[in-house]
Amino acid sequence: MRQFLIFTQKEFFHIFRDRWTMMMLLALPIAMIILFGFGITTEIKNTKFAIYDPSRDMATLGIVNTMEKNEYFTLEGYVENPDEMETIFKEGKIGLLVVFSEGFYENIIRTGDAQVQLIADGTDPNTASTITNYATNIIIGYQQELLEVGEIPFQITPEVKLLYNPTMKSAYNIVPGVIGMVLMLICAMMTSVSMAKEKELGTMEVILVSPMPPILIVISKVIPYFVISMVNLMNVLALAVFVLEVPIVGNFFLLIFVSLLFIFVALALGLLISTMVETQLVALLLSVVGLLMPVIMLSGLMFPIENMPIVLQYVAQIIPAKWYISAMRDVMIKGLGFTSIIMEVAVLSAMAIVLIAISLKKFKIRLE
Amino acid sequence: MKSVIVQDIKRNYGKVEALKGISFEVDAGEIFGIIGPDGAGKTTLFRILTTLLLADSGFASVDGNDVVKEFKSIRKKIGYMPGRFSLYQDLTVEENLKIFATIFETTIEENYHLIKDIYQQIEPFKKRKAGALSGGMKQKLALSCALIHKPVVLFLDEPTTGVDPVSRKEFWEMLDKLKHQGITILVSTPYMDEASLCNRIGLIQDGNFLKIDTPENIINQYENVLLAAQSDKMSKLLKDLRAEADVHTCFAFGDSHHITIKKESLVENGGNFSIEKLTSELSKKGHQGIHIEPIKAGIEDCFMELAD
Repeated sequence: MRQFLIFTQKEFFHIFRDRWTMMMLLALPIAMIILFGFGITTEIKNTKFAIYDPSRDMATLGIVNTMEKNEYFTLEGYVENPDEMETIFKEGKIGLLVVFSEGFYENIIRTGDAQVQLIADGTDPNTASTITNYATNIIIGYQQELLEVGEIPFQITPEVKLLYNPTMKSAYNIVPGVIGMVLMLICAMMTSVSMAKEKELGTMEVILVSPMPPILIVISKVIPYFVISMVNLMNVLALAVFVLEVPIVGNFFLLIFVSLLFIFVALALGLLISTMVETQLVALLLSVVGLLMPVIMLSGLMFPIENMPIVLQYVAQIIPAKWYISAMRDVMIKGLGFTSIIMEVAVLSAMAIVLIAISLKKFKIRLE
Repeated sequence: MKSVIVQDIKRNYGKVEALKGISFEVDAGEIFGIIGPDGAGKTTLFRILTTLLLADSGFASVDGNDVVKEFKSIRKKIGYMPGRFSLYQDLTVEENLKIFATIFETTIEENYHLIKDIYQQIEPFKKRKAGALSGGMKQKLALSCALIHKPVVLFLDEPTTGVDPVSRKEFWEMLDKLKHQGITILVSTPYMDEASLCNRIGLIQDGNFLKIDTPENIINQYENVLLAAQSDKMSKLLKDLRAEADVHTCFAFGDSHHITIKKESLVENGGNFSIEKLTSELSKKGHQGIHIEPIKAGIEDCFMELAD
């Protein structure tokens, strides 16, 4: 027991005495959640738009006013003749151009059919489609207002309602993903690197020639990173709730339970990597390429898994973070209970058990 | 009882044969030196004996325990100091020692008497990080850590490589003290001058022992006529000596060249070699201040003769 304690203490010393390791372990997750939460956002706010309006009547002004009031749009100005339409896009001043047909209001009243064209910059298709969606909604909204006062024949307009994330805040989507990323980074990468460090500096050689059981070496190595992961989990959750205003709808303890499970998987992955490599650099590369990249690319954090080629969809199934992020979204955002995430919990548990078994079996009690 | 028994140990790294079937025994309480150049197989041998590597074939035991089957018992009672400094550089001197005492289930206080002589010299720096110590102090700390659990057998792999001459001398004095405490010491070194400080030595080259005996016996068994030569142009002298018909081998040894003479050139074998003849031939080639004299062989000369 004393062996175990002093070894764990030693590991904490290693971490606390290296300023860069400390920074990496504690500041990086915070930086990441803030970056992803605020900076990298899929929301569109304050999009500048311009108007080409030959009619200038009551209806067009009404629509422009409603758009202007909306927080997503800012009016840049009016385009006076059609030739200007392309130049204003090329100058990059606006993200959306609203073109009304001539005699707009009259057309509505008489034929019930007036046209409005929305032109968006398609170089960024995602943004363009989001902007046009917003604008369409606003116009439909205005149309409904008219309905109440005017006598337009009834029209059926689809109403889109976003469940769980009504304001379409991207932080809702990002937070579970960033937690998955941070935990993977700290547990897997730091464990494998610190284990490889012992090999690289030759200290493993001396430690092995001692009565200390190899299993204790492994556990004492892992404990500090486990503790730091928990601290980070709390930090990120606190930031998510108080700064990004993403509520924890579900059961907090269920959230922690799922996270613990994921931490075990990540630690086991780190140990597995460390049994395969001899140097810190290789451990680092393997962790980044083999673990972090798949988390970012294939876990559904950035790109929806449903849109991937079928082969990648299968690959995504073996990525622990995919299951974790899915479970976190269910619990944290949707507020679902344990029964809804049984599948995720089962997969993560199986992964943890298999990975821990393999890495303990592969742990070398000799130098090779 | 024999402390270490090695029988026909072989070990390959791919196609490279690091150890080609070596056998030797070390008596309890002696200092056994394994002397040989880099790449001779010293570290491989040490790692096999310290249970860190498995041999391809052969048998080895340390203090009566098989290095393969009973590796756990061996790990409890040996001390091992690898060739390069292998302690935690970001921990202090004291912390390192404490960690090693603890993992060997003892305390610094309990065995302080064992390491006292060595540790006292670095104790003033006990709050300093191990990575900030000088080479000699690092060795003393590493030795303290290897000794703190009172090992039965101590394995020191090139403990004096990269250490200054004064610290080297002190280090060997410490080993002698440890021997008197009954600890068997296996030490490897590339420095031939350290051989005479061992009870017995094994000269190793290319994975084979050339000879195992006491340093005195090895020196007494030296057969060649050995001369030391000096002149005002030492590097030219080396070439000229090697070109001489009577000279068998010639190596640079510090401030003089050690030469051996071909057997058939010696007077007793019907030859006509003499120091005067060699001196006059060298002065014809432009050397001045030539000084040649017979000397007694050292371990290095023996190694050269055996390796020849």
